[in-house]
Amino acid sequence: MSELRAQLHEWQQKISRYNRSIAGAAMVFAIIMPLLVGQAADFLNATIVALAYVVMALGLNVVVGFAGLLDLGYVAFYAFGAYCVGWFGSGFFFKAHVNILSSAPSGAIGIHINFVMVAICAVVITSIAGVLIGLPTLRLRSDYIAIVTLAFGEIIGTVAVNGTSIGIGGGQTLTAGNLGISALDLPHFPLIGSFSLLNLRPWYWLVLLIVFFVLFVNLRLRDSRLGRAWVALREDEVAAVSMGIPLVKTKLLAYAIGAAFGGISGVFLGFYDTTVNASQFQFSFSIFVLAMIIVGGLGSIWGALMGALLLSYINYYLIPDVFNTLPQMFGLNFDLTQLSFGIFGFLLVIVMILRPQGLFPERRRRMELTGEIAAEDAQLVEVGGQSAPGGSA
Amino acid sequence: MNLSAIPGIPFLRRYLGPWVLWLALAGLPVYYGLRDLISGYASGYAHGHPVIHHDLSQLGFNLVQGLSNGAIWALIAMGYTLVYGIIELINFAHGDVFTMGSFTAVSFWGAIGLGLATGPLGLILGLLLTLIVAMLVAGSLNVLIERVAYRPLRNAPKLAPLITAIGFSFILQNVGLLWNGGNPIGVTDLLHQGQGVFNISGVKVHRADVLAIGVMVPLVIGLNWFISSTRAGRAMRATAQDPEAARLMGINVDNSISLTFMLGGMLAGAAGLVYAMYETTVWYFQGFEAGLIAFTAAVMGGIGNIRGAVLGGLLIGCIQELSDSRLGPQWTEAVVFGYLVLVMVLRPRGLLGEETREAG
Repeated sequence: MSELRAQLHEWQQKISRYNRSIAGAAMVFAIIMPLLVGQAADFLNATIVALAYVVMALGLNVVVGFAGLLDLGYVAFYAFGAYCVGWFGSGFFFKAHVNILSSAPSGAIGIHINFVMVAICAVVITSIAGVLIGLPTLRLRSDYIAIVTLAFGEIIGTVAVNGTSIGIGGGQTLTAGNLGISALDLPHFPLIGSFSLLNLRPWYWLVLLIVFFVLFVNLRLRDSRLGRAWVALREDEVAAVSMGIPLVKTKLLAYAIGAAFGGISGVFLGFYDTTVNASQFQFSFSIFVLAMIIVGGLGSIWGALMGALLLSYINYYLIPDVFNTLPQMFGLNFDLTQLSFGIFGFLLVIVMILRPQGLFPERRRRMELTGEIAAEDAQLVEVGGQSAPGGSA
Repeated sequence: MNLSAIPGIPFLRRYLGPWVLWLALAGLPVYYGLRDLISGYASGYAHGHPVIHHDLSQLGFNLVQGLSNGAIWALIAMGYTLVYGIIELINFAHGDVFTMGSFTAVSFWGAIGLGLATGPLGLILGLLLTLIVAMLVAGSLNVLIERVAYRPLRNAPKLAPLITAIGFSFILQNVGLLWNGGNPIGVTDLLHQGQGVFNISGVKVHRADVLAIGVMVPLVIGLNWFISSTRAGRAMRATAQDPEAARLMGINVDNSISLTFMLGGMLAGAAGLVYAMYETTVWYFQGFEAGLIAFTAAVMGGIGNIRGAVLGGLLIGCIQELSDSRLGPQWTEAVVFGYLVLVMVLRPRGLLGEETREAG
């Protein structure tokens, strides 16, 4: 066992020596990947969705991973982001005639503004929503925060469903409920033109760009004064406050920044799904994103990235597109779609039991854990000294 | 946020503080009660004109229904609160254990041949047997889940068992899907649950209401007695307060935790039987919503506190029923969670406070 650990450790060191070149190669591969598959391949589609979830996971990681505020209502920010698309990128507001650099023909009814402007609106709206949801949780401790955020997520979901009966003047309703707001604009950029649903490559590069941007911001945040303040609050609130960290401001900034990332991703998913339907904003979505960052390794940026990729590939590619053809390959007439829930749950249980700290634990936590392992090994050597000669290293 | 900085807030806090919460909780029934009395409500037609009443019987009916529905939530909420109290885990699979309890009950009473033709004595004995079986199955299932999914992670980061709980929730939902299909299925209405039993000044009490309350009350009393008076119950409380100290005192902490899961699961199984008879439908997804509501109830009452869970369950049942019949069922979820946020803001530890490690 200890030999195996030593071997693993050696490999880890070897890999970490080439960290930069591996990261560079991964980036280059990520950029050219869509050229290797078809324009509308299932795999490309699954990858686009997975990358959008990476942005979600990175946002939730700021709130739960860095600041230690267990948020079970993250779906609220997805909803706000997607509704920004519904409101500002379609003919939904039928009394308005606004068109700024969008794919819609000039003079079309509704508000049509450019993708980037929708994203900015979403960032503003979700940050404010994040602060408002965060305010009542400031006095609460860990698990109570979870239920209050969950409550807000559910309230916003209910309002989205019932938005058809909330008038905001002149026959205009707040949302289109379960009917959904469809006929959304497509992202449109000067010089590039409008995106099309037949060619998924531009979508991929757009979401990849967002991922790079959010990753960069996340890495800078983690090493900033604010990032250290979050970790300090997470580890010991009383000590952090007595060292002069402003509790309210720091916590609310975590909510606002985490929410803003969720909003950006919501905008992308809103455009990509071509409809904004209230039934998309369920509690299970919050749970799904939370599972990603915990499976990846709570508080670790690379963990959130890998966890999001892993779980979305399992959910959107492996189970529907790969597993379901397995029985036929073995000549069995058995429908695996009936089991997709259970397979997903089973994989969650297995991953967590095998790696409780997550796939790529945060540096601080890994240090704690390896410290424990070293102590354990020393004990093993003491106890098993006879059976392992020369094991005094 | 420092609310005291806003002028007027300290004054309001000082004089209204203890009352705001109760005023808010009483708000809905008092408002609708007054409205019924003053402007009246219609109940059907006579000679082509609506019959208008000016009394409180509709409100009373809402509250009776709310209490009996809340009794089911209370049973499930106690399971959440027991488990949270002892290992501080939000047991996301608990709602699905409740579903399994329902399914077991329905399948079992079908297997022993209970039907509409069964006589009253056979029915009562059969249902008692079904209750015991459902409780044992759900309890054992809960113990099994703890053994497989939570015990290996006891020293892991705090949120790791949350994910295995979610994993097991998915697995159990899938089991339910394979067991009874994807749509809600009707259940034989063994008790004729809609039949009235008695009237209290115009408020009709149904058999289902009597069943729900009649199962809940003895179980709550029994649980309270078990936890406060038996040796095993004392061991459970000691483990909840301080597992390390309990271990040093010779208490088998693992057994105490297993026992807690057994008790929580048994209550969920009982709730499963009552739910099946009360709603006369079951489906694989029922535990999701019920679990969410019951967890809310446990938190509202003060998680870790058994009396709080019962109070929270009954309150939420009443809020739901009032909202269902007055505001429309589509708003009920928002109303319930709105109340939860209100309670959390005004009393951050729940209505009756909590009895967990961090608080003590």
